[in-house]
Amino acid sequence: MSLDMLISLMSKSLGQTLQMVAIAGLLGSLIGLPIGIFLATSGKGELFPAPVVNRILGLIVNAARSTPFIIMVVAIIPFTRFVTGTSIGTNAAIVPLTIATIPFFARLVEAAIREIDKGLVEAARAMGATPMQIVFKVLLAEARPSLMAALTMTMVSLIGYSAMVGAVGGGGLGDLGIRYGYQRFMPEMMLAVVVVLIVLVQLVQSAGDALARSFDKRNRKN
Amino acid sequence: MTIQQAVARGSGRSAPEADRSAGTQPAPMVAFEGIGKRFGPAGDGGFTALADIDLTVARGAITGIIGRSGAGKSTLIRLVNGLEKATTGKVVVDGVEVGGLGEDGLRGLRRQIGMIFQHFNLLSSRTAFDNVALPLEIAGIDKKAIKAKVGPLLDLVGLGDKAGRYPSELSGGQKQRVGIARALATDPKLLLSDEATSALDPETTQSILELLKRINAELNLTVLLITHEMEVVKTIASHVAVIDAGRIVEAGRTFDVYANPQHETTRTLLASALHLPEWLRNSIKQVPSEGDRVLVRLVFFGETAFKPLTARLVSELGSDVNILAGGIEEIGGEPFGSLVVSYSADPAVVARANQFYAETGLTTEVLGYVA
Repeated sequence: MSLDMLISLMSKSLGQTLQMVAIAGLLGSLIGLPIGIFLATSGKGELFPAPVVNRILGLIVNAARSTPFIIMVVAIIPFTRFVTGTSIGTNAAIVPLTIATIPFFARLVEAAIREIDKGLVEAARAMGATPMQIVFKVLLAEARPSLMAALTMTMVSLIGYSAMVGAVGGGGLGDLGIRYGYQRFMPEMMLAVVVVLIVLVQLVQSAGDALARSFDKRNRKN
Repeated sequence: MTIQQAVARGSGRSAPEADRSAGTQPAPMVAFEGIGKRFGPAGDGGFTALADIDLTVARGAITGIIGRSGAGKSTLIRLVNGLEKATTGKVVVDGVEVGGLGEDGLRGLRRQIGMIFQHFNLLSSRTAFDNVALPLEIAGIDKKAIKAKVGPLLDLVGLGDKAGRYPSELSGGQKQRVGIARALATDPKLLLSDEATSALDPETTQSILELLKRINAELNLTVLLITHEMEVVKTIASHVAVIDAGRIVEAGRTFDVYANPQHETTRTLLASALHLPEWLRNSIKQVPSEGDRVLVRLVFFGETAFKPLTARLVSELGSDVNILAGGIEEIGGEPFGSLVVSYSADPAVVARANQFYAETGLTTEVLGYVA
């Protein structure tokens, strides 16, 4: 295979991976964030007490998280077809990726919010804050460094998941590696895919860490 | 009495503002009436945190509630701004019954009550300035007004030059000053202090107490504080209530309670503020054995402060009197001396000493016995 061809295959697959990860990451996080906040604040005696709903939602989240991703991809094909009109291709692959991101990110958000000192919530209540004000002015503001770290972790996991959607014709780097590197015995293609994935993950991780650090005012010294 | 006052009284409602100007006994800022608080299920499974609490907090004064940890003081102070709800009885703050308020009413009340905390509870993601601004943002005040308000508050607590610093860049004392400025932001009529100096070293504690005292005097702000340290109460509180196992066991002017403690808990708490040497404090026994010495605290105030009573006691008992600790301090603006002495626990000596105390009117307290 010529270098030109390798580069063109590579860039097409990288584009598909970025498209899937970016859209699924954005949608999944946007939906996962309020779910995570609700999970962290709806226990008994908390800001929005709804212990029964909390428990049911927790069960659904657990069920979704314990379903192997490749099984979820196949299992939700009817839903995927309903949303995108097709069950194969990059756009179709975004649906299961998004569905898998929601509970993953929600649990990370929940953990980030539970980490916040209860004294801060009490102080805000003592100031006469409404529950919504506490969420926006205290919880989300204080959890920003952890939320950034959660988002980074979610994006990195998504890059891994996106390698599996070749099964439904989603394309992307993982698919390229399997089809050319493995099935057509092209080790140089396999190597190139792995290198690009490593670089991609490194970039996401470094950018996420840098952002999280800039949000974090907890360990500043004089 | 003005007509306005007469009308207010006639209608059975308190008129605090008018009362104060007339110099008569004003209605209390806070009144606990028959308060009980249980946690957990009714019956044996629950836990009684507070029982039969009747207490008033005087307007414009600094009132201290002192007790050991677990005595119920944290729960008690949280009833005032509705962070906890009483199981029985009622809490009245400036004429308003807290238990009768809905969520909205409660939020309105809380904006009139500042609160400071043991661990400061500042937002780590906000600068000193923005922490002080938080209660104003919550109250929906516009940005320009917030800016005009926060600067002077930081100046008041001595942190005018630290506005842009994050809490992690401040010392414990400075963090509590930010906490105090934040508590004052909404111009409250009452300040609640929840062990505000317990996490601070003694020197910083004194400076924070000085600040609270100044704020109380300059802003005429009523302060209700809880603490486990007698030192704190002695330094700034004009009135004190001692709480033990969920009940108020003693209450009154700090000076009176300090000079003449009635309850065992009060005495124990006082003993910790006597500055006895460590070895002595650890060797105190409650029951004497053969050859032991009795440890007595002599209290001097009012008339007894000016008489040479110690010298006379020594001559009365012979030379066998040891002075172990003592000092003169000011409590609620009055001079107050205390002296810890020891002498033989021999019944004859003790009888002579007691007769001397009876004759001279000296206030004394037996702390225990030492070998």
